[in-house]
Amino acid sequence: MAGVETLIKRPSWGAILLGLTPFAAMCFSVALWDRVEPMLFGIPFNLFWLICWIVLTTLCMWAAYRLECARDKQDGERR
Amino acid sequence: MSPSSVALAIIIAIGAAGACLGFLAGAHRKLDLEQWTVGGRGFGVVLVYLLMAGKVYTTFSFLGASGWAYSRGGPALYIMAYLTLAYVVSFFILPPIWELGRRYGLQTESDFFARRYGSKYLGAFVCLAGVAFLVPYVQLQLTGLGIIVEVASFDGVRRGTAMAISVIVLASFVLASGVRAVAWVSILKDALMVLAALAIGIGVPYAHFGGIGRMYVALAHARPAHLTMPGATPNLGHPWYVSTVLLTSLGFYMWPHSFAATFTARSGDIIRRNAVVMPLYTLTLAFVFFAGFSAVLALPGLANGDLALLTIVRATFPAWFLGVIGGAGALTAMVPAAIFTLTAATLFAKNFYRPLFAPAMTDDQVGRLARAMVVVLSLVCLGFAIYSSTTLVSLLLLGYSGVAQFFPGVVLGLYWKRTTLPGVFTGVVAGVGTVTILALTKHDPLFGINAGFIALCLNFLLTVTISLGRAGADRGFCD
Repeated sequence: MAGVETLIKRPSWGAILLGLTPFAAMCFSVALWDRVEPMLFGIPFNLFWLICWIVLTTLCMWAAYRLECARDKQDGERR
Repeated sequence: MSPSSVALAIIIAIGAAGACLGFLAGAHRKLDLEQWTVGGRGFGVVLVYLLMAGKVYTTFSFLGASGWAYSRGGPALYIMAYLTLAYVVSFFILPPIWELGRRYGLQTESDFFARRYGSKYLGAFVCLAGVAFLVPYVQLQLTGLGIIVEVASFDGVRRGTAMAISVIVLASFVLASGVRAVAWVSILKDALMVLAALAIGIGVPYAHFGGIGRMYVALAHARPAHLTMPGATPNLGHPWYVSTVLLTSLGFYMWPHSFAATFTARSGDIIRRNAVVMPLYTLTLAFVFFAGFSAVLALPGLANGDLALLTIVRATFPAWFLGVIGGAGALTAMVPAAIFTLTAATLFAKNFYRPLFAPAMTDDQVGRLARAMVVVLSLVCLGFAIYSSTTLVSLLLLGYSGVAQFFPGVVLGLYWKRTTLPGVFTGVVAGVGTVTILALTKHDPLFGINAGFIALCLNFLLTVTISLGRAGADRGFCD
């Protein structure tokens, strides 16, 4: 059993939550942002929203990466 | 020199440069099966990035994305969302897959299934289904390549000729250098593609409307419904968007070649870091959309939306630039086609032929059979590409719906120890069957929801209930 525990670690809840955020913003909430007005920087609102969230997704995943790294380090010290 | 010969010369030069890179990539290396398929598990951040990101810029994202923006409008936005979210999914499932790959010497997606569930028959089924869905994808790349070279050379090179030449070139560099060739040619391809996308996305709206903002104002005024969902389509509304984005983002890394690309990395950390930065790569797609939307008013009435991008580029830019687009486009088709044939050939030899018919084969013999299969598969795909015609996106969506059916078996296999072989086998067969039937009877979307997503839900349900029902041996990845 020990083999599996060290090989496959379930991601932390914090990381999972950070991973679900872009899904909520870019997928499930489509009815809220799928419109043309207001146009921002000359781009329809729905496209503008997606572009913003591509950048924000990278930020979310960067935070998740830091969380997972911190946890790996902690586990390493405990062992 | 005529515009046609200028463009043609540049296309040939770029194609030749790509081929040279491909051959050089594998020079002075002894290519055993492990080197040929997964690059000896030694790729660093940059090569893994290019290998994985390389598939974002396929002919589909170039011609298909602009084609959808042109002919369907709003629904095209799903492409930006699913690519971004696919990387989010990869953050959670690829690092453990990489760990298992190193531990058990896995090289393919079928290896994973065969090892996790202890069944060579499940491995063989995943292999056959995977190859069956890869063939239309290669066909799609070749068809795209034919279109690009034909239009970019001002009809100087016919579609069939362009496809035949490119198949010979890509089969030979795959034979010579394996996955390393694909990664190295991606460098040239991606550099050209990003530059081309920026130039087109800014240049086209500017030439026809005086800027991106003005183009959108004009379009919102003339065709207000085109920019939101369901756009110019009757049934691609919000339920379709949500179900399609879910299906394709979960299915993205279930493509056998994307799954296998995981194993080329030097460490699991490289894969995680990739997942953090890769969403940014999707930004360039916005520029492809700008060009596609410009064509709605500038070039109304095109019969084939896939041609929108190239036609408007031909109407806007000088011949030499069309040559650059043609060359970049040709590489863009050849790189994914190369990795698909490589993956499909390895799958067939390693996970179908050897376990079922010739268990005594050595790795070297498997390698030789896989190389022979590269030639066979390239020719099959070329045949399909020449003799059949379907629009690009419909082919792609069928493949996505199909490979996404592997997702429950992978993710439950990783994180839920009680998952059993009968559960996964039933789920994946039911899923693939449902997709095929719904697609062939033209019931996609069904009640406004992506048919593949319906199949995926059924698949999950069957896998979980059957696994719960039978207290199967707890295999996990531990024995």
